[in-house]
Amino acid sequence: MGEFTVHRVRFFDHTPAAVRALAFHGGSERLALARADGAVELFNFNDNYFQEKVIPGQDGRTVEALCWVGQRLFAAGLNGEITEYDLENLKPSYTVEAYGGPVWTISANSQGSLLAAGCEDGTVKMFEILEKKIQFQRNLDRQKGRIVSLSWHPTGSLIAAGLMDMIRIFDAETGRATHRLLVDRGVGTSKSQEVVVWSVLFLSDQTIISGDSAGKVQIWDGHTGTLVRTHLVSKWDVLALAVSKEEDSVIAGTSEGTIIQFQFLSSTVAQQEKEWIRTRTFKNHSHDVRALVHTETAVVSGGMDTQLVVRPLLDKVEKNTMESSLRKIAFPHRSLVCCAKKAGLLLFQFPEHLELWRLGEGEGHGRAGDSLPVKRKPEKLIHLKRKGDDQICCSALSPCGGWMSYSTVSSVRLYRIQYDDNNISITKVSKLPKSLCSVHRLCFSPDSSKLFAASSHSSVVVVALNQSECKHLSTLKPKSGSRQPVHLLVASEDGKWLAAANTACEVHVYNLHTMKLHCTVPVFRSCPTAIGINPVTSNLVSVHADQQIFEFSLGQKEYTEWSRKLQKQGLHSLWLQRDTPVTHVTFNPRNPAHILLHDTFMFCIIDQSLPLPEAKSPLYNQMMLRSLPEAERVQHSHAFKISKNFQHLLCVSLLEDLSLVVVERPLLDIMSQLPAPVRQKKFAT
Amino acid sequence: MVEHGDVRVVHRGGSKINFREPVISNDSSFLLCASGDCVKVFSTATEECVHDLRGHSGLVTGVRLRPSNHLQVYSCSLDGTVRLWDFTDGILIKTYVIGYPIYSIYTSANHEGVIFIVTAKSDQGSELFQLVAVQLRQCAEQVVEAREFSAVLPDVTSKPAAIDFGRGGEYIASVKAQQLEVFFFKKQKSYRFFLREDNKKGGKNTFTCVVCHPKDDCIATGHEDGKIRLWRNFNQKKEYTYSTMHWHHGAVGSLCFTPEGTNLLSGGVESVLVQWRYNQESEKDFLPRLGAAITHIVVSPDGALFCTSHSDNKITIIQSCVKVSAVIQGLVNGDGVRTDLMVDPHSKAMVLNGKPGHLQFYSLQRDKLLYNLDIVQQEYIHEEGLQQFEVVKAAFTSSGDWLATVEERQQKAADLELNLKLWAFDEQTQSFVLNTTISAPHEARITAMCFCHAAGSQTTMLVSTSKDGHFKAWQLAEAAHTQDEGSSSSWSCDFVGSYHGLVPESCCFSADGSLLAVSFQEVVTVWSPSSWELLTTLSQPPGAIRHLCFGRLSCSKYLLGATDNSLLCCWNLLTCSLEWSTAMATSLLLVDPLSENIAAFCYQAGSTDLFVFKPNEPRPLFSQKAVCSGKVNRAVFAPREEMLESCEESSQWLNRSQLYFLTPYMDLMTFSTKAEEDKLMASSKQLVIDDSIAMTPFSLLLGKHRQQQENQDPLSVLSAERSPLPQGSAAIKELLQTPAHVLPSTSFLCSLFVQSLLISVTDSREEDKHVEEEMESDKENSDEEMESGTSRPEGGSVVDQYVHAADRPLTKAQIREVRRVKKLDQGWMSNILDT
Repeated sequence: MGEFTVHRVRFFDHTPAAVRALAFHGGSERLALARADGAVELFNFNDNYFQEKVIPGQDGRTVEALCWVGQRLFAAGLNGEITEYDLENLKPSYTVEAYGGPVWTISANSQGSLLAAGCEDGTVKMFEILEKKIQFQRNLDRQKGRIVSLSWHPTGSLIAAGLMDMIRIFDAETGRATHRLLVDRGVGTSKSQEVVVWSVLFLSDQTIISGDSAGKVQIWDGHTGTLVRTHLVSKWDVLALAVSKEEDSVIAGTSEGTIIQFQFLSSTVAQQEKEWIRTRTFKNHSHDVRALVHTETAVVSGGMDTQLVVRPLLDKVEKNTMESSLRKIAFPHRSLVCCAKKAGLLLFQFPEHLELWRLGEGEGHGRAGDSLPVKRKPEKLIHLKRKGDDQICCSALSPCGGWMSYSTVSSVRLYRIQYDDNNISITKVSKLPKSLCSVHRLCFSPDSSKLFAASSHSSVVVVALNQSECKHLSTLKPKSGSRQPVHLLVASEDGKWLAAANTACEVHVYNLHTMKLHCTVPVFRSCPTAIGINPVTSNLVSVHADQQIFEFSLGQKEYTEWSRKLQKQGLHSLWLQRDTPVTHVTFNPRNPAHILLHDTFMFCIIDQSLPLPEAKSPLYNQMMLRSLPEAERVQHSHAFKISKNFQHLLCVSLLEDLSLVVVERPLLDIMSQLPAPVRQKKFAT
Repeated sequence: MVEHGDVRVVHRGGSKINFREPVISNDSSFLLCASGDCVKVFSTATEECVHDLRGHSGLVTGVRLRPSNHLQVYSCSLDGTVRLWDFTDGILIKTYVIGYPIYSIYTSANHEGVIFIVTAKSDQGSELFQLVAVQLRQCAEQVVEAREFSAVLPDVTSKPAAIDFGRGGEYIASVKAQQLEVFFFKKQKSYRFFLREDNKKGGKNTFTCVVCHPKDDCIATGHEDGKIRLWRNFNQKKEYTYSTMHWHHGAVGSLCFTPEGTNLLSGGVESVLVQWRYNQESEKDFLPRLGAAITHIVVSPDGALFCTSHSDNKITIIQSCVKVSAVIQGLVNGDGVRTDLMVDPHSKAMVLNGKPGHLQFYSLQRDKLLYNLDIVQQEYIHEEGLQQFEVVKAAFTSSGDWLATVEERQQKAADLELNLKLWAFDEQTQSFVLNTTISAPHEARITAMCFCHAAGSQTTMLVSTSKDGHFKAWQLAEAAHTQDEGSSSSWSCDFVGSYHGLVPESCCFSADGSLLAVSFQEVVTVWSPSSWELLTTLSQPPGAIRHLCFGRLSCSKYLLGATDNSLLCCWNLLTCSLEWSTAMATSLLLVDPLSENIAAFCYQAGSTDLFVFKPNEPRPLFSQKAVCSGKVNRAVFAPREEMLESCEESSQWLNRSQLYFLTPYMDLMTFSTKAEEDKLMASSKQLVIDDSIAMTPFSLLLGKHRQQQENQDPLSVLSAERSPLPQGSAAIKELLQTPAHVLPSTSFLCSLFVQSLLISVTDSREEDKHVEEEMESDKENSDEEMESGTSRPEGGSVVDQYVHAADRPLTKAQIREVRRVKKLDQGWMSNILDT
């Protein structure tokens, strides 16, 4: 596998924000996830749960609820506005003030014609969904107390609203309240406290299911407005409810981090009469479960502990397949770390600021596995706070360490960094070309002379940098005319090629000498998660969300022999079963046959000169090889050399002096920064 | 067991009653449970054993009510038969011969004339079991061959809790290891559901028990890790679902639904009965502190009584999950008995280790636990791996006035905690009261302890030998200062003896108390207890002496010792020489306190042989090879209440006392003669009584008492014959059968009724005196007075009968009585009706 000096970096305090809301679009299998800082992420469940897009948040704009209407995504928050997102340019397209105080919830009817918003002042506001915008239509009967949850009857004629201490049913036509369902307060100390109906579901058979702050899941008959059954599921709040499409299963998320499933079952085998029965309990969260989605095959949940959990329902999926394994998505599927290979600097991207660190230095030599004494400690050089309300969406550091750039939804900033012995000076480059706006991805050329910025409609803006000024050189546009944003941008070491991948799974390669599109790699069904250009052979290596690896020769404009062989033989099943995407591809300049890649839980060197692993041979064989005598190792070794020494990897990069930088963010560190969960009695404590 | 003449080894008393789940009769008045080779019928109200259903010749492995007749019960046994009983009368109705050992039995109301039994798969060893349905033919004979089998489930466990019938017998659920199998009878199709062997947290998913909801299609399963799963939708391969409930921290021992299915009961090692609301599983009730791990739970058909079996051989009857109403306690079979078996001279009960830290007094005659004596007097903590005080030795004086106990706790090899306690018998409470506690009586473990048996001697003496190389004599000493009234006397050490630093192994007093023999490895030392003088030493090297005993009665000059290199020696104490010795690997040497007989249990080639002999006779009185497999370490001669008159030579040794012994598997066995068994069978057949009253020893006692009365006094004979119960009276019948709206007010009736009972005083004073005298004499027996009092209203017929029967001269008083009774008019009732 080769030996490296490793910089094991654990000072990147990346802490994701809590998950606030989830919305699932059944047709395209896309999940929208809103975090507490207002960022919205889109996951493609068809493509191995890949995080396709991230819409950065804005200060003062939190998201309380998300709602899909067709392909359009709406969000509402406590700032009292309803926002529609532009999913192509990854920014809010417009906002509409609801004039009802903070908006707690929004819900669209199944026809997609009306959007109801529940407001702090007790009104349910109806908005008509038009082609390009939404328009206020009417208010339903005003109630005392805030509207916390809303649910449409599938026919769209009735709407149920959860308030404080009660549930109201409105006629959507007339706007009149037809039923008032009183919800009991909790027993004991919370008797004086109002009970909040956190979540309500209106099923097509007029059954209403509610979850409230007294820990009850209640089932009501919507015809008569009577309580059918109460399930006390938690000592704390029931925060979220979700129902399956067939309406035979309901899940409830509680403050204890548990998800409880209720199923609509007949009590005896032959009978038609069915009732809601509490069945399974899942516990995959340590904190509040704030948002839930019930897909056909899985329970998707998110909460205070910042992880997105996909828990497959084993009765709906085939056993021992990709779908049947539990997935926890804790880290972003894009790189937040930029490494200056020549200067030995690391740039960490946070939503609020950027941090520039210089790596430490070790001394002496040791055997494999030893930790070397640190001669110079790592040092934080710059802590740069962003300007404006918008969060940072991307950032880049030039390989020489002299340029730094970041972008928000609205603007791009470029900084010149100068090092004189111990002093660091940072100056903002004031004049930037006008074409640099609304950038999704930034990248410096290896010689630090150019800045590439992925802009709208998959175009790439090339800006020439020098000491005095920066000049717009060219705008590279693909021929496909795709409107999807670019999420990966990579320039070759020799400065000839630039590859840009967008979320429509296209990879375009531009020739930087001619500033023309060189070629487009054949479109694969799965989105590329990492691309890299081999500095020696000029082969483009792309790794996709479904864990496939391709090598495309830029010279011949075709897949290389090795890539064909790999496709013919197929990847090892254990490789395909990994559940985090490869987020980085780099190369070893000494040995062009080595491809370095990593995902969250492993770091791998693919040696193209070695045979591919057989289907039956063990994939993770490094430990075994070490125990074998030298002569036998060759016999057993294969192309995939995988190390699991480092976990929760955010970045693996090879510096110019061939030492490896490994940025880890242990989950335990994230957990320790979270607020304490609700108190639960643990057995034998 | 090997037959030997007419003496055979039997289970009698003390067998497990928690072996299989009990059955409660439909009217909740009887509880049936398998106990050894018989089925016991207990009254749920009085805890008394009403019948023993005897007839099986092997271990009874299951009891089930017959669904078509709730007064009949099936029982199955390892002897390969299923028997049908009428349990109210204790009559065997039918015997179905299956031919293979049966491990459990199931019945279902939906399957008329079919029983389900679990048998070993005949072809593949005994480890695999199958559930088969057996068609029971209708026919008149007593013994029926039932050979029409059809296999239902091919692979089940022999545990009865692992199979249950579902709603209305439509399906049957069976669990084995990590698999649940549901078989639908209509579709003839079975579904299997698997759990992973271990979940991530190390919890064991193995199924322990299964039970089906009586009304819904829901199966509850208990698991090794304490979880309870409720399975639903199990009529399809894929979309089945289950919910999990977790309260127990140990394995779930038993599960049971109440008859309406509103509650689920569960129990386990925690000895807490948990009641879960069906469909409201977050609410649960607990009944804690039931004493020992719960092994079975049963609910009566009306749901009013719960019944739990416990691992300490106890059945608890609980009324509606709140109150323990009765406890049926069998012989507590702990992990091991560390004390010797003894007989309490007062209660004639067998005494041995019972509950942790207790001695149990178990009446063998009545097969009932009398009481537990708390020796350690410390809270027992139910936790594994915790070293706690244990009673290891106990001894009674021959009169039963004193009990000595030794308890020890050893946490590490070094520190041994030892207490010697002496208990005095209290006549008033009929129990033992702690007199003296001697902490650390020896520096090392006590190896043997015995009281001086001398009947006439004034002082009571206890000798204990210990691993520390000493033996100590303890004597009851009067307290020096008499002001202390509460405890007048206590025990103190009188003498400490040793012999060349050797470790004493056993000790024994001669019958008259004049000699004490203590064995020090291969040397037996004989001491005089009065002067503590070493009289002589006897030895027969090599081999350390393990057991030592003096002969009795005519053989009291002999001292017997068994060495650990299989030699049995007999010394004559008059000549101080070896009388005889024989090679015999004696594991236990036992003296019959009522005769010269000595029993020796010899362990040879994996089984134990018994020899009964007199020291002065060359031939053994009785010998039996292989009385049981394994080594017998505990046995006792229990004196009989009535002497048996047996003419057979081989069984004469059993005339005065009975020999009980404990097998290595903690079964209590005894030797029974043919005559004795005949007698038992005869007595059980006599017990046919009225259906309306549960026959209990109390009712028998009452009946006996009445019979005696009847024999005593002709008058009371008459009254008893006439009206055994007041309801029989015609007047009262008339009163009760008249419609209520026709009757006058109760206060009016009452005064008339009471008047009719009074004796009218019309005679002279002289007569009055006689009456008073008569009353006085009657007062001696208040029962009798009640009898005659209640029977007086029927005076007319009394006199008729009496006059017919009277052919012997009457006393004056009697004549007067008859006359007075004659005058008494029964017309009071008709008077009322007329008005």
